[in-house]
Amino acid sequence: MTALIEKWQKEREKKAFLALEDGTIFHGVAFGYLKDAVGEVVFNTGMAGYQEILTDPSYAGQFVTLTYPEIGNYGVNEEDVESRSLFLNGLVIHDLTEPSNYRSTMSLDEYLKKAKKPGIYGVDTRALTIHLRDHGNMKAYLHVEGQGQGEEISEDEAVRRAKAWEGLDGQDYAAKVTCSESYEFHHSSLNTHTSTLPLVVAYDFGVKTNILRNLTEFARVTVVPAKTSAAEVLAMKPDGVFLSNGPADPAAVTYAIENIKALLGKVPMMGICLGHQLLSIASGAKTGRLKFGHHGCNHPVKNLKTGAVEITSQNHNFAVLPETVPECLEVTHINLNDGSIEGVRHKEYPAFSVQYHPESCPGPHDSKYLFDQFKEMISK
Amino acid sequence: MKRSDIKSVMLIGAGPIVIGQGCEFDYSGCQAIKALKGEGYRVILVNPNPATIMTDPEMADATYIEPISLEYLTAIIEKERPDALLPTLGGQTALNAAMDLARNGVLEKYNVEMIGANADAIDKAEDRNRFKEAMIKLGLDLPRSKSAHSMEEAIQVRNEIGSWPVIIRPGFTLGGTGGGIAHNEDEFAAIVRRGLDASLNTEVLIEESLIGWKEYEMEVMRDKAGNAVIVCSIENLDPMGVHTGDSITVAPIQTLTDREYQAMRDDSIAVLKEIGIETGGSNVQWAVHPETGRRIIIEMNPRVSRSSALASKATGFPIAKIAALLAVGYTLDELRNDITRETPSCFEPALDYVVVKVPRFTFEKFPMAEKKLGTQMKSVGEAMAIGRTFKEAYRKALRSLEVSNPLDLHDISSFDPWFKREIAEMDAFEKYLKSFGSLKAIPTDVFAQAKTMGFGDKEIGKLFEISEVDVRTYRYELGIHPSFGAVDTCAGEFKAITPYYYSTNACREEGVGCRGRCTKEDSIPASKKKIMILGGGPNRIGQGIEFDYCCCQAAFALKKRGFEVIMVNSNPETVSTDYDTSDKLYFEPLTLEDVMEIYEREKADGVIVQFGGQTPLNLAMKLKAAGANVIGTSPEDIDLAEDRDFFKRLVEEVGINEPPSGIAHSVEDAVKIAEEIGYPVLVRPSFVLGGRGMAIVYKEKYLRSFVEEAVKVAEGKPILIDKFLEHAIELDVDVVSDGETTVVGAILEHIEPAGCHSGDSASVTPPISLSEKIIDEVRAYAHEFAKRLNVCGLMNLQLAVKDNELWMIEVNPRASRTVPFVAKAIGEPLPGIAARCMAGEKLKDIGFTEEKKLTYSCVKEAVFPFAKFPGVDITLTPEMKSTGEVMAIHDSEHIAYVKSQIAAGSPLPLKGSVFLAIRDEDKKEAVKYAKELDKLGFTIYATRGTSTALWNEGVKSRAIYRVSEGRPNALDLIRSRTVSWIVNTNEYGAQAAVDDIRIRSSAVVAGIPVTTTLAGFESAVQGLAEENAAKLYQVVSLQERNLASR
Repeated sequence: MTALIEKWQKEREKKAFLALEDGTIFHGVAFGYLKDAVGEVVFNTGMAGYQEILTDPSYAGQFVTLTYPEIGNYGVNEEDVESRSLFLNGLVIHDLTEPSNYRSTMSLDEYLKKAKKPGIYGVDTRALTIHLRDHGNMKAYLHVEGQGQGEEISEDEAVRRAKAWEGLDGQDYAAKVTCSESYEFHHSSLNTHTSTLPLVVAYDFGVKTNILRNLTEFARVTVVPAKTSAAEVLAMKPDGVFLSNGPADPAAVTYAIENIKALLGKVPMMGICLGHQLLSIASGAKTGRLKFGHHGCNHPVKNLKTGAVEITSQNHNFAVLPETVPECLEVTHINLNDGSIEGVRHKEYPAFSVQYHPESCPGPHDSKYLFDQFKEMISK
Repeated sequence: MKRSDIKSVMLIGAGPIVIGQGCEFDYSGCQAIKALKGEGYRVILVNPNPATIMTDPEMADATYIEPISLEYLTAIIEKERPDALLPTLGGQTALNAAMDLARNGVLEKYNVEMIGANADAIDKAEDRNRFKEAMIKLGLDLPRSKSAHSMEEAIQVRNEIGSWPVIIRPGFTLGGTGGGIAHNEDEFAAIVRRGLDASLNTEVLIEESLIGWKEYEMEVMRDKAGNAVIVCSIENLDPMGVHTGDSITVAPIQTLTDREYQAMRDDSIAVLKEIGIETGGSNVQWAVHPETGRRIIIEMNPRVSRSSALASKATGFPIAKIAALLAVGYTLDELRNDITRETPSCFEPALDYVVVKVPRFTFEKFPMAEKKLGTQMKSVGEAMAIGRTFKEAYRKALRSLEVSNPLDLHDISSFDPWFKREIAEMDAFEKYLKSFGSLKAIPTDVFAQAKTMGFGDKEIGKLFEISEVDVRTYRYELGIHPSFGAVDTCAGEFKAITPYYYSTNACREEGVGCRGRCTKEDSIPASKKKIMILGGGPNRIGQGIEFDYCCCQAAFALKKRGFEVIMVNSNPETVSTDYDTSDKLYFEPLTLEDVMEIYEREKADGVIVQFGGQTPLNLAMKLKAAGANVIGTSPEDIDLAEDRDFFKRLVEEVGINEPPSGIAHSVEDAVKIAEEIGYPVLVRPSFVLGGRGMAIVYKEKYLRSFVEEAVKVAEGKPILIDKFLEHAIELDVDVVSDGETTVVGAILEHIEPAGCHSGDSASVTPPISLSEKIIDEVRAYAHEFAKRLNVCGLMNLQLAVKDNELWMIEVNPRASRTVPFVAKAIGEPLPGIAARCMAGEKLKDIGFTEEKKLTYSCVKEAVFPFAKFPGVDITLTPEMKSTGEVMAIHDSEHIAYVKSQIAAGSPLPLKGSVFLAIRDEDKKEAVKYAKELDKLGFTIYATRGTSTALWNEGVKSRAIYRVSEGRPNALDLIRSRTVSWIVNTNEYGAQAAVDDIRIRSSAVVAGIPVTTTLAGFESAVQGLAEENAAKLYQVVSLQERNLASR
């Protein structure tokens, strides 16, 4: 009990606040690595899967607010990681709890400490979410009082710093999170060395591991850095090219758009999330910012071909604008909540992409069939 | 798309409330009826439970208050010719009844299509072997198990499993009746025997024990296109081994990673597909080993269940409504989400709060029942609470229960470490708070933190032995108030339209509460007048669906009159907590603290306390003192009626007899008073609910032992002793008054003589044995009491008639348990009318000024949970024991009685053998009825004493030993099912003879009807004598009756 009382007393001293660029302040208690940070605040409505979110490179540059209030319950483990590191700028939650799960090897608090990422709990995340829903995603500054960098700043100063930050629009974050050199991806439980399997070259714009795991079920997978040229890729004689998910603004990743243009028609392609946006832009479409993006595990998406509805995992702020879809693209999937475009297929070339995450992690597995679709496409 | 080839749909309700099947099926049925009617289908409903909202005449197109039996359902189908039967919304009762209709070829004969789930899918889900086969096909892990149809087979299976304990589950029953966990051979034999008896197909499943494993539930919806969503995931705190209905549960799942959850999701959807549930909601249960993660499928319910009701309330997703619409051909993406109105129903609700459900038990009513949780459900009700954290939701749920030791029966050490730690932290925090020494010494931020953990004012007060009002006053000084969050299905992602709220203190903005901060979006200033209605909280014996019925009726009536109606309740099973029953719903505990925060936030114009039973009534004075405007009969007048001295004076002034009485503070007092007023006496503690601790005592010896017990129950309050009016006829009278005019709703005559709790007694209206003069007197007294108590709203009087003289027993100026029955009988929405009076209207403006004259007879019969508590005495006493009731209507009161027995699940045999064990004072009367039975061709068995009495009057009978006298005895007759009816009356007040208890409880377990009163015996015999098949199975809908009577 004494330990608990100490914890509660300590908590009273570990104050932190999150200052939004519009001047709104959210108070809470610091956890994880105690340091100040700046980023864009987004929310995610998934009720489980925080470890996958933490390790998803698509969150680079962002503070993720988890709307589900009890976080940390099942700790973290060695398997549920989606990349080599933690890419988000900070975690905003309502309540931090101690773990209980048979696979847990560490608490969330320790995990963030180790990865040098700050977190804030005790935040009224519902109020924050509604604020973001009504006013759009915002730049924010997280300040840890009395500790961290040792510098005391006022709320006004924090707001100023949030405003002053460059933000994500027009930023090429893919370049920041991509791998430094190409490598072959091996799934521990599958033998992917069989040379009879087709070769898929996967562009890493911030790829999630479970995408690669799904691809290795039917292909040898070579992951290449975001800036690898089309010529280099073609020289590898791939049977298919995969365009990965990734952070920030697709319009800023101009080199990838050029590469995709060069690859279109020469090799079958599949894209997910950022990869979907890039494929669409390369085909002539434009992307724009959604007010507060799609971040959750419960979005209904309709497959326009079959009429079936998939419950999907989503994480994006930008989307293909319906009015800009060129003649050569067919819209294959739409979001039933807001009608936004969730998938396209190229009418002339073997290429398709989806805005959401068929690889899930976190989220439902309803859309796994898309990988089968890619498998069929490359074996033709 | 909606099917146009069907025009009419028949719906079967769940019948009376029993343990394992509560008012959640009224909720699901109501949603379904509204949805189907909204789509233009003709809806035909069968349900003999008069206390349900679904059976209100304005709900379905044709409402049959008829027994749910093959004969009646067939008669209704023959008459109504529905195109389709939707069997998945009336619990196991409806499912079993539908299967019965299918098996007997009735559906085929009348060309009725089963929609929602077909007979094969239901069979596949319910038949243990077929289910197991299907799960193996899917590659799912199962406990080692096998079913058995006999004791020998059972022992063989047990040996194959090879380890203790093993679980025994009977096939085709309600709420796990007859099941159990056996740790050794003796227990095994006992449970298997009971299970084989309880199973409709004489089958038990014996399986490897998963005791201690983590238990999870998934609520799945599926449409005909194969789209499937998980509406809600639920984790049980009590691990495997405790029935999920008795478990504390939490939504969503707390201790699984996304990977583990998603695998369970995939498998749950696959289960529905494999079983063949084409449309609708099902519940899939899983067990997970806490250390290895091995996951085993437990079962699936191919229908809307108790958990679906909880899931609907927890998420805002109306499972029953959507299930009904999917059954008539819609797909999930074609239906809108009512809460957001923008997004489709084809989604999985995202929660940004935690929901905790806790069960409420009534073991105090059944002192002889085993007070231990197991695989057989024993709880009678539940409370649900919503909070931003587990701690907050958990504490809110516990305080909603209104019991002092809510965790008594739960083994916290068996909970997952995550929950154990959460609970331990709360306990530690309590000590931490206490360590400050006094309330005002607690630092403000620590006090605020206590609130974020869900500590109520009352609980904090207890720590320092000060009142909840003192803590509340101090909290107001500090300015700490909860904020309110919306249950919006989407964690704030979209704007919610339907206002469904919960309070939370867990937002730590600025270290204190943040009223209005969380949900700026939803506090809409209303132009209408706002009236709050307080519900009844968790169901318990004595306070259940009847009061929810009154609350809902009041809401409907006031909404129609242009008020903004705000409902407050904590019971997830109810219609009152459906988001569209009122204009605004607050899912909150019914305490001074919680209610006043809502009252003040809403700036309500008035609050109604008289419809929710004792729970809101207990709050009335406190609410008034805190500044709330309690409308209707004033809290002072309600209280006065409970005040014995005042009541005595009132009775004297009115000039009616009252049984002589006295107040005792000790055993000696009691003995003295009893000698003065004369035996038998009625003994009870003051201030009780549902007759708790009451008894009729004939002898000093019993009085002494009883009063000793009663003193304990009464916790220092005095014991009341009344002269008991032996063999009197008891009356229940429900009236409505606007303060000027008073109208009698109905006068109910009890079929059992005075002494059995009014909630347990069968009763009939119009009265059958009262003179017009007595009835006139009753009316006059009703008017007089309403006037003198300044009644505005409902009032219930209990009177007794002895030797043609009226005696006053009790007056309660509030809704009573019989109000829904009366409303059904007379075809008038009595609570709605009362609510309108309370809101200021006059009866003459409403157009209800005359007592209705009925041309038919309505019988109410109570339904008891005895089968759940083997070994418990089933004798009716002043202590209420029933969980539910049924209604039967017929032109003949005797046929109505016989029908009520069918509806209550213990149909009297039309022929066969009857066993009579009659106490001496009843023998003379009983012989007359036995003669009738003899004439009807019954074979009569009787105890030796009874047999002699019969022989003396020339009635043939076979004498049988009582249990302790030798064999063959009564128990042998029961076990061999030689007798099909038992009439057993025993002496009041006496400690019920062990023999009698054994006879009756074995009969209940064997499903043999037992009549325990002479009056019941009389009605039954007359009904059987008069009966002929054509008359008995005559079915008339409520709508036809109401039209005919107008």
